[in-house]
Amino acid sequence: MQDFGAAFGLAFHLIATGNDNLVEIVLLSLKVSFSALTLSCLIGLPLGAFLVVRPFWGRGVVVAVLNAMMGLPPVVIGLLVYLSLSRAGPMGWLGLLYTPTAMIIAQTLLIAPIVAALARQVLEGLYTEYDEQFRSFGISRLRAAAALIVDGRYGLVTVALAGFGRAVAEVGAVIIVGGNIDHLTRVMTTAIALETSKGDLGMALALGIILMSIALGVNLAAGGLRAMAERQAYA
Amino acid sequence: MPESLRPRSAPPAAEPSAAPPAARLPEPSPRDRARPGALRVEGLALDAQGRRLVDIDHLALPAGGVTMVMGQNGAGKSLFLRLIHGLIAPSHGWISWGEVPCGPATRATQALVFQKPVLLRRSVAANVDFVLKARGLSRAARRERCAEMLARVGLEAHARQPARLLSGGEQQRLALARALAIRPQVLLLDEATASLDPASVLAIERIVTEAAEAGTKVIFITHDIGQARRLADDVAFLHRGRIAEHRPAAQFFLGPQSESALAYLEGRILL
Repeated sequence: MQDFGAAFGLAFHLIATGNDNLVEIVLLSLKVSFSALTLSCLIGLPLGAFLVVRPFWGRGVVVAVLNAMMGLPPVVIGLLVYLSLSRAGPMGWLGLLYTPTAMIIAQTLLIAPIVAALARQVLEGLYTEYDEQFRSFGISRLRAAAALIVDGRYGLVTVALAGFGRAVAEVGAVIIVGGNIDHLTRVMTTAIALETSKGDLGMALALGIILMSIALGVNLAAGGLRAMAERQAYA
Repeated sequence: MPESLRPRSAPPAAEPSAAPPAARLPEPSPRDRARPGALRVEGLALDAQGRRLVDIDHLALPAGGVTMVMGQNGAGKSLFLRLIHGLIAPSHGWISWGEVPCGPATRATQALVFQKPVLLRRSVAANVDFVLKARGLSRAARRERCAEMLARVGLEAHARQPARLLSGGEQQRLALARALAIRPQVLLLDEATASLDPASVLAIERIVTEAAEAGTKVIFITHDIGQARRLADDVAFLHRGRIAEHRPAAQFFLGPQSESALAYLEGRILL
């Protein structure tokens, strides 16, 4: 257990002194995952709302596929993105493999279905309530979808945070397409895997503590927002 | 148009006679029939799971005034309202407003207020603004109309508050303000004052009466016999999906001719 105690000591020392390496890794992690989340929301929220307001033949199948995609293994996504971006792949000419952009692409593919599927669930309940009134007022589907996103904003924040949590904690996809290159594509999860195998438990643990703090902070923020929404009867 | 859907000829000019008043309202004149508030229904039926829920052979509502729709629970009142508003499609039949077939075009000139107000999760003013924006009004026009409507229903002091924190009566007044904001030619109300306190009921009745006096056709479903007496120009009584009776209010409340309406007014349950 001495190792454990020593590792904790080192971890807190690294965090307290703001170790350059540590800060760099954490910032890249946040940058990659926030970018992926932003893209996923741009894709997923309209898609989720569209699936609610626009009935079409085969919608049930699309929804089932989307729900199934929520459980896609990150390594599989990583592999598919790797194949597309590798030099021989269809998008090899972009030269994106082993760059943060490739990691953003992989994480977006990972969490966009989650954001879309959860958004659809949240907005469906809302639409059941609004549908008849909207049709009475002759609200167009486009406007209805936009209104759902605006009115479901508090529920959708929770959806986005679920997506962010999955992106920032995921290791399989980013390690394949990013390559865990020091100072370039090393993020918290890949660094933890590496440092652990190297035996540098202090660094690994410091990153682990930060990762968990981020998860906790994000959830507290979500809870606070939710409480605020309920006070305004907007939930 | 099938033979049965042709407009029926108006009955001969009323002869002064001692005969009992007709169970039907006199047919509107051709000029009245062309007004946007004039509802005409021919051979209307709505079937679901092998049951006929609404079955109205013929109904013509006057282009103005307040028509109260009464009947027991399950008589098909709400379905009737949704059918004539075009929210649900009939299984058979013909519905027109001022000679225009019921559809998106007629729906755009109408507003429906539900029993439980459906308010957006936004401020009071934003609720009115949303509908006006969908109608393509400019920002300045929206602001002006919004202020006017909120003042009309006495909610101007609440404009910035979250709509869903209003009391039940205030919420319904807001729903009414939003409905009237589009200047509808027809205002449809589905038990809009059920479960509200008397002061709120009075406030809503006042607003509805003002709208009717300003020329809006009002069709109001109610369970409240007192309310029907206060507001009605004519009463359409539905029983098991059929129009049992449609007569001027004074005649209806003096002595309904149909067994079902009589039973309803006397407080008996007739199956």
